Amino acid sequence: MDIANFLIQLLNSVQYGLLLFMLAAGLTLIFGIMGVVNLAHGSFYMLGAYLAWSLASKTGSLALAIVLGTALSVVFGLAQERILFRHFYRRDHLDQVLLTFGLIYIFEDLRSIFWGDEVHGVTVPALLGDSIRLTDTLSYPVYRLFMSGICVALAIGLYLLISKTRLGMKIRAGAFNHEMTEALGINIKFIHAIVFALGVGLAAVAGMIAAPVSSVYPNMGAQVLIMCFVVVVIGGIGSVRGALIAALLVGLVDTFGKVLLPQVASMLVYVLMAVVLLWKPQGLFKQ
Amino acid sequence: MTTRRLVLSRGAALVGAASTGLLLPEIVRAQSNKIRVGFMLPYTGAYAALGVAIENGVRMAINEKGGKLGGREIEWFKVDDESEPSKGVENASRLVQRDKVDVLIGTVHSGVQMGIHKVARESGVLNIIPNAGVHEATRALCAPNVFRTSFTNSQPTLALGKPMFDKGIKRAVWITHKYAAGDQAFEGFRDSFTKAGGTVVKELGLPFPQVEFQALLTEIASLKPDAVACFFAGAPAVKFMKDYAAAGLKDKIPLWGSGFLTEGVLDATGPAAEGVMTTLHYSDSLDIPRNHEFRLAYAKMFKLQPDVYAVQGYDSGQLLVQGLAAVKGDVGNKQALYKAMETGVIDSPRGKWTMSKAHNPIQDMYLRRVEKGENKVLGIAAKAVADSGAGCRMNA
Repeated sequence: MDIANFLIQLLNSVQYGLLLFMLAAGLTLIFGIMGVVNLAHGSFYMLGAYLAWSLASKTGSLALAIVLGTALSVVFGLAQERILFRHFYRRDHLDQVLLTFGLIYIFEDLRSIFWGDEVHGVTVPALLGDSIRLTDTLSYPVYRLFMSGICVALAIGLYLLISKTRLGMKIRAGAFNHEMTEALGINIKFIHAIVFALGVGLAAVAGMIAAPVSSVYPNMGAQVLIMCFVVVVIGGIGSVRGALIAALLVGLVDTFGKVLLPQVASMLVYVLMAVVLLWKPQGLFKQ
Repeated sequence: MTTRRLVLSRGAALVGAASTGLLLPEIVRAQSNKIRVGFMLPYTGAYAALGVAIENGVRMAINEKGGKLGGREIEWFKVDDESEPSKGVENASRLVQRDKVDVLIGTVHSGVQMGIHKVARESGVLNIIPNAGVHEATRALCAPNVFRTSFTNSQPTLALGKPMFDKGIKRAVWITHKYAAGDQAFEGFRDSFTKAGGTVVKELGLPFPQVEFQALLTEIASLKPDAVACFFAGAPAVKFMKDYAAAGLKDKIPLWGSGFLTEGVLDATGPAAEGVMTTLHYSDSLDIPRNHEFRLAYAKMFKLQPDVYAVQGYDSGQLLVQGLAAVKGDVGNKQALYKAMETGVIDSPRGKWTMSKAHNPIQDMYLRRVEKGENKVLGIAAKAVADSGAGCRMNA
């Protein structure tokens, strides 16, 4: 593999890793702070992608679709938190798994009713449609740089929110000790709703910006969810930093696996997970 | 998640099948003087259009011969298989057990076909496969009562290797979805291309139905092969051809493929498909009298342009007409019926073809090039292509 090819595959890996991070961060936040195992997290990614397709084809603008879609999915997430999830915070993990597993089926069927079972494409906006030429045969699409840029910006924003703001302080306190935080007069219900909405928003945005490169198709949420769980498990459950490192690692292994060892590529990520767990059974960054 | 769902629903289907008595070896068929013909095809979902085209084709072929089979009236039955493999056995046994059909025509999806196949083998009901290319049906699991009028997944690509090599392509990269149809298409390409003298530099794949091609396209660009050969169909085919062009590969590395790459997607793909070369057993633009005649009649009857699926349905109808004419409508005379279906020549819009020992068409494959949004026929890529039928022991 020559150096130019290597560099582009590295960019591909980072871009995929960052996208996975957007999903895994929400998953691990919701688990770490509310103690909820949310198997339906991938459905929010799917929802984002379908919203992007629907809204972009109606409004003609992907940017507008992303803004509208984010708002809609956050409202949807908040409603779910209020109606369903709030009753499951103190329940057994098995109850949560049953609830969210059921939700996957409900969301898939709703998706089928509203949007059908076909595969849809979303066009890359003309502004971002070009490629940057690196050698005479290899080039890198601008849209992918844009995707990575959005992911990095959101990751930094998330970091600042959690570690530098008052709200972030309350979120961390809530994760550490529910009763004590409540006793201090902090509205923990409000904090939970915020965290849930944040997680849903991140997943939906990931789905929206991924729509032009991955297409929009049934069951896409379930596929990506499995990858997310791998990332969360490798990174250490509840750790956002761990999710970032693990997501980049999974991105690397998956991309280079596809190219260098195509016959076994689909299992390499799981091999990685097994190796990490043998070495660190709690994941890389268990808090 | 899919797998867990599959296991559950397959299990349920099995229980259902067992309780309806499917697993009993012999079936007592109702006596009536009408022939009972069942369609098990997708009428909803992604393949709905294909199901309709096939049914149209079958009905048209029979109507042309007076609307009867071997002199007997026909009673029709229909089941929507939804292209849902987990309901394959259940749906097929509904036609066989409840409706007691004499002939089961179906289906499109290879996974569903395996369910039909199980029922056909156990009940002995005559099954005509109008599309699904899954190898097993006419290879290791072939059966005297199962006939295919379409193709095996490796058949179109068996014709791909030689014309590519003849164009000066020595090193090629193969890319497809990693699932049964993709793997089986690769088998045909690998065999024909290496036999002609070429080398498959690399075999690339991604899980079905993912369409994130970026890393693989980068790899293709850096490998600089003489050409890329592929198997994709439907929406993923559109995405692949568009991404291939957008990555700047189209003008540097020619793209070849199994003909399904460019079937029914040329409007959606637009200029990105121009110049793509494919091999298939049919093309709309095939310039033979039989095809012109068929296309005109079909368009008149259904106010629709026929496609390869309509042709396969039409040939299924023709096969039935010929078979039952030979036994004068006596479906019970299995030996003579199957013999007639095996030995007949089908005068198809795709050109004449015959049935192989394993009950799969021996047919010409056409070389086609996309020009101005149409599959233009350049000539015959390979004459009388037969599937190997490996492992088929019909009289065992």
